[in-house]
Amino acid sequence: MKYTQGKYIIAEKSAIARNIYSFTISCPEIAQVAVPGQFVHIRIGSFTLRRPISICGIDPVKGTLRIVFEIRGEGTSAIADLNKGDVIDMLAPLGHGFTVNPDFKKVILIGGGIGTPPMLPLAMAYGEKAVAISGFRNASAVILQEDFAAAGAETILCTDDGSAGIHGFVTQPLEELVRNGGVDAVFACGPTPMLKRITEICRENSVYCEISLEERMACGIGACLGCACKTKRNDEEYFAHVCKDGPVFKAEEVLW
Amino acid sequence: MADLSVKICGVDFKNPIIPASGVFGYGHEYEELYPLSKLGGIATKGTTLNRRTGNPAPRIAETPSGMLNSVGLQNPGIDYFIEKELPYLLTKDVTILANIAGSTIEECIQVAEKLENTDVHMIELNISCPNVKQGGAAFGTSCDMAAEVTRQVRKATSKPLIVKLSPNVTSITDIAKAVEDAGADAVSLINTLLGMRIDINTGRPILRNNVGGMSGPAVFPIAVRMVWQVANAVKIPVIGMGGVSSGADAIELMMAGASAVQVGAAIFTDPFAPVKIIDEMNDFLDKKNIASVRDIIGTVQPW
Repeated sequence: MKYTQGKYIIAEKSAIARNIYSFTISCPEIAQVAVPGQFVHIRIGSFTLRRPISICGIDPVKGTLRIVFEIRGEGTSAIADLNKGDVIDMLAPLGHGFTVNPDFKKVILIGGGIGTPPMLPLAMAYGEKAVAISGFRNASAVILQEDFAAAGAETILCTDDGSAGIHGFVTQPLEELVRNGGVDAVFACGPTPMLKRITEICRENSVYCEISLEERMACGIGACLGCACKTKRNDEEYFAHVCKDGPVFKAEEVLW
Repeated sequence: MADLSVKICGVDFKNPIIPASGVFGYGHEYEELYPLSKLGGIATKGTTLNRRTGNPAPRIAETPSGMLNSVGLQNPGIDYFIEKELPYLLTKDVTILANIAGSTIEECIQVAEKLENTDVHMIELNISCPNVKQGGAAFGTSCDMAAEVTRQVRKATSKPLIVKLSPNVTSITDIAKAVEDAGADAVSLINTLLGMRIDINTGRPILRNNVGGMSGPAVFPIAVRMVWQVANAVKIPVIGMGGVSSGADAIELMMAGASAVQVGAAIFTDPFAPVKIIDEMNDFLDKKNIASVRDIIGTVQPW
């Protein structure tokens, strides 16, 4: 793992849904080493703590990263106030990412709400081998569906209220797909209840599963031990850390 | 180029800046960003006799100009530290302060004894962790207990012994004098201030431990005041810390009486903070034509 800290130019900014923003950031040295599932740690003005934001796009040729984030509080609101041409202070790329295995023939990528963006680099990696299931509250919260399609993935859209795509949770199409067989792995990021249910479905069907978690974080690189996540490795309970051991964990290792 | 070196209890530091215990782990993560040899010292993660798992998450909460933490001394235990971490750190041309803690006096003694045959430069005895149920702050908030644990650990080690003090007391000078009398070679202060945040939407504290230690720029004036009071109350050196985030802050804490300065939460905001602080201190001294950083220690002229 190699990360750097620096100030980088925001090359593009757009609002892609209510309170959800997309930044493309020019940062060649980060774009060349980042992998799907990693995150960037952003410094904002007078805040003591940086904000971890997952990476939504990696373009090593153009030397850019894309991040897509939702305004959740004062910190993310301040990031959203930045504009094209402004500099953004990032410590990146951080964390342990998703498995990209060329032997996998079919994988399912599941994003719930603002957990959807980190699945996009994985869709780019798996291309036509990927089925991207995305779940949102309603039609106005839907993001990134064209991007998943452009990456070559089959897209399945779900909304809680049925205002777009399937009326229901992402776990419905997931259960059908895994029952039909041939799924080598499931990768997911989103709300905890969703991740718990996905973990159960994968366990019941003996399908390999990795999930991306979030936790309140300080250093971002594994030194302060702030972002603890209870896990089980080699039959031993252990507080792993989301920033360095994760954010992506094998689902079977996470003790909820 | 000013002379930034300091000497504390006979131990040389090439400059007075030391990442504080708990923020810097055992150094590996920051070594990806800069050589550890740039630092004056490193206070290693608080280490106990046996491995500790720490507190459940959330362990971190932001506060205005600061943060709370309740990590709860998660660490791999002193044997692991001595075998796997310390030998590597000792090759890095930086002074190592082994921060140790225990739930009982006996445990503190055992940890100190285990370090006796290592080449670690100093021991920093933490009697002020606010995040553990036994030991920790319980030792640091009573003069008698603070003196007793200091006296016992003093007997167990020939290493220079720094005692790290809690600010969560009525009179930090009384505690400082008690540990000085009990044989401490130096004191370091301040550890974090006990704080709490509540999520008003859920009615639950943000920290799973309910309360945690507050640090960051918000606590800096308290650190300056306590360092100044303690430096005037004891004869042993004082290592200052608490909200330091710039070279100016470090100079201020040294003028208040600190012989060296630890840097904590600022490293989360900017991982290069310790290195920048060293450069900024040098620039200040050069601008003021002060030859050595030692010349500013305790030079505040109070009204």
